[in-house]
Amino acid sequence: MIRLVFAICIALLSVPATARIKIEEVVSPGGIKARFVNEPSIPFVSLAIGFRGGASLDPDGKVGVTSMMTALLEEGTGDLDARGFAEAAEALAAKFRFETRRDSIRITAEVLTENRDAALALLRRAIVEPAFTEDAISRVRARYLAGIEQNMQTPRYLAGQRMSELSYPGHAYSNPVDGTLASITALTRDDLVEMHRRAMSMDHLVVSAVGDITAEELGRLIDHLAEGLPGTGVPLPPDAEFAATGGVSVIEIPTPQSTAVWAHPGLSRDDPDFMAAFVMNHILGGGFGSRLMTELRVNRGLTYGVYSYFVYNTAHSVHLAGAVTSANGTVAEVMNVIRTEWDRMATEGVTEEELEIAKKNLTGSYALRFDGNTRIAGILQSMQIDNFPDNYVNIRNDLVRAVTVEDIRRVASEMLDTGALRFVVAGQPEGLVATDHGVSEK
Amino acid sequence: MGRFWAAFVVAVFLPPAALAETGRVSTFALPNGLQGVVIEDNRAPVVTHMLWYRAGAADEPVSKSGLAHFVEHLLFKGTRNLGPGAFDRIIRENGGQGNAFTSYDYTGYFQRVARDRLSLMMQLEADRMVNLVLDEEIVRIERDVVLEERTTRTDSDPGALLSEHRRAAQFMNHPYGLPIIGWRHEIEDLSLHDALDFYKTYYAPNNAILIVAGDVTPEEVKVLAEEYYGHLPRSETLPERVRPQEPPQISPRRLTYSDPRERQPYLVRSYLAPNRASGAQAGAAALTMLSYILGGTGVTSLLGEELQINRNTAVFSRAWYSGTSLDPDSFVIYAQPRPGVSLQELEDAIDAVIADLIANGFEAGKLDRLKARMRAEDIYKLDNHAGRARTYGRALTTGLTVEDVQSWPEILQAVTRKDIMAAAAKVFDINKSVTSWMVVDGWENSP
Repeated sequence: MIRLVFAICIALLSVPATARIKIEEVVSPGGIKARFVNEPSIPFVSLAIGFRGGASLDPDGKVGVTSMMTALLEEGTGDLDARGFAEAAEALAAKFRFETRRDSIRITAEVLTENRDAALALLRRAIVEPAFTEDAISRVRARYLAGIEQNMQTPRYLAGQRMSELSYPGHAYSNPVDGTLASITALTRDDLVEMHRRAMSMDHLVVSAVGDITAEELGRLIDHLAEGLPGTGVPLPPDAEFAATGGVSVIEIPTPQSTAVWAHPGLSRDDPDFMAAFVMNHILGGGFGSRLMTELRVNRGLTYGVYSYFVYNTAHSVHLAGAVTSANGTVAEVMNVIRTEWDRMATEGVTEEELEIAKKNLTGSYALRFDGNTRIAGILQSMQIDNFPDNYVNIRNDLVRAVTVEDIRRVASEMLDTGALRFVVAGQPEGLVATDHGVSEK
Repeated sequence: MGRFWAAFVVAVFLPPAALAETGRVSTFALPNGLQGVVIEDNRAPVVTHMLWYRAGAADEPVSKSGLAHFVEHLLFKGTRNLGPGAFDRIIRENGGQGNAFTSYDYTGYFQRVARDRLSLMMQLEADRMVNLVLDEEIVRIERDVVLEERTTRTDSDPGALLSEHRRAAQFMNHPYGLPIIGWRHEIEDLSLHDALDFYKTYYAPNNAILIVAGDVTPEEVKVLAEEYYGHLPRSETLPERVRPQEPPQISPRRLTYSDPRERQPYLVRSYLAPNRASGAQAGAAALTMLSYILGGTGVTSLLGEELQINRNTAVFSRAWYSGTSLDPDSFVIYAQPRPGVSLQELEDAIDAVIADLIANGFEAGKLDRLKARMRAEDIYKLDNHAGRARTYGRALTTGLTVEDVQSWPEILQAVTRKDIMAAAAKVFDINKSVTSWMVVDGWENSP
């Protein structure tokens, strides 16, 4: 049967500062929506295929199953074993990447115009018909266990994992994306097959593409690519409530430097004050020129780097997080400076001058993200997975410009509470008293 | 396996990447010796502005390890025209992103900005090439930052500590054996005087390469470069870049290290290896192809097939070689054993793969597939103009020319199976090698 190929351009969006990029929304003949940019100057296309859910769909007791399942997609399909699949991809000069995050599975493909159909037919076999042979499972399991062993000697991983447990107890967000030694060891082939069916379904699918391809060609390709995927998968997890309370946890590990991460309640991305909070954080801890970097690195030489950022788990559970490293002897002082800056922001807000610089930085640098097919495809994918509105790229800079010092003063005084700051410190910090009893090596 | 797909090898007839509409490269030079490279990409109104100096860690005076990197940090601290903090602030309020990096052979500074801010970036970069102002207090605080950086990157990472020792053993005389960030005791002693000395010696237009990539034309870049960089005086006292060279290496070196923080053993074997030489890159091209055939991506390399699939002795393996250095550097092999496999068994398996490669070669299809992939890679690379800017910067600071960079893909395509076998026979000389083991107690007994 010949299927009529038609693609409708529903909306034409453009990034203001990058007027040459036109983001289109396309619906395939089969009804799959995609965001895409036609950019024919280089003969390849970057395709981003995402599935909402990701590691947050792992069932109880099978932590890491989505991640390991995704890793196995490139380890064989049909009569192709891992080597055969890799050789086929090499022969087509196609580049595939498979990644699992807390809230999504992300598959990216860079394929040449001249053999696009063949390359994506190969990718389809990996996505829709993975073999999950025992041999491949055994190899990937060994690789995962080695990776977990390495993570467990990394202060940043240990602190981050403890923070996840404190932030979202009982929720899937508290689990490590790549599993634990015990959970990975216990996974069976059935678990992986079952997770594939549950996680990679049409209702979780998100597609974006940038490059040398037309809307019609893309519509036809994504229908083919998704052919055979189940219609519905397991439902996405319920909204999570950020639950960490103020205090300090210490994970004792032998290392000359402590890594401190912190978390603090944020606000929903639907909140009318969200952009004010976002700009406020940029002034507080958004890289070089921010208050934390200036106070801790430039003025005191206490750290190589300090950052503060919003963590979007889903639109409704957003918290403010940060990370810093400092010598064991100085990390307590660093935490005091962070608390002082937190207080200062909560009580004084920001100056007109600071806000002006932050706005210029945020609006001026937005265009810098849109400078490559693969980067743009990734942004379009993230925006869909994180449920940003369709016209977000058009309005984002206006939202930033609309923030006032009064907005920031209000949101800072309402949101920031130094007493609610939770620190987790991994290392051998001196002069630091833990406020909980979780003082043990994990 | 793979027979059906092999048919596509003949289907990949790519146009040379140079014919694509994006990515044209041109060059110019100013009378004061500044070299300019322009990479056009008008898909977005964004530019990457980079200034590279032919000065890196291997150019430091004796006992001043870490100085080049320290100077890189200090370049952000202010000039006769800009007070402390002003540089970061100007970049920030112009919507820019920027940073800097130091390696053995170069120090580079870059900003990514909207196209209409290019002239401002040039003004800032030209200013700090000649007008740096430092004082004792600035130097003291920034030295603490660098010590923190060393703790983060090296002292907190057992693998980085072992790697530092491996390089020190590989290079018995050449400064490539020193850590770029510096030994802790030497960083602690770096002074204001040291920093200014290095700065005055190496920061000059005739020791710099300007690279602008993005939404620009070569003509406008040249006009701007003349305006902002053209008046800077050339240095008449640039030292020749002659570093102490290696004596004949006649004995294999072995290191073992264990660290309570490390739970995953692995081994790294490195061999002294020649670098790319301007106008004579064939040897380095054969080594580059050898690194991919032996231990390039995934399970299709010789090490991947043999260690990860056939013998099942490793969970991961890799080989790499970058000939883009001013002096000979190294060819490196890395592998992680599966639980229950000892490092000695793993090392024996690697040696068997190498011996087999030298004696019997490898399946010819491997090289065809690799070449097809590399041709495609030249096209994919056009998507990332900042990456291409780095490629030119690295080459031009390590004795290569723009022509060398542009002929490199064809030189790689011309490498034969015989060339690769000959390169293997020559480079895998155990007397010029270091074998380092990250040892984890009890690993052999694990299930």
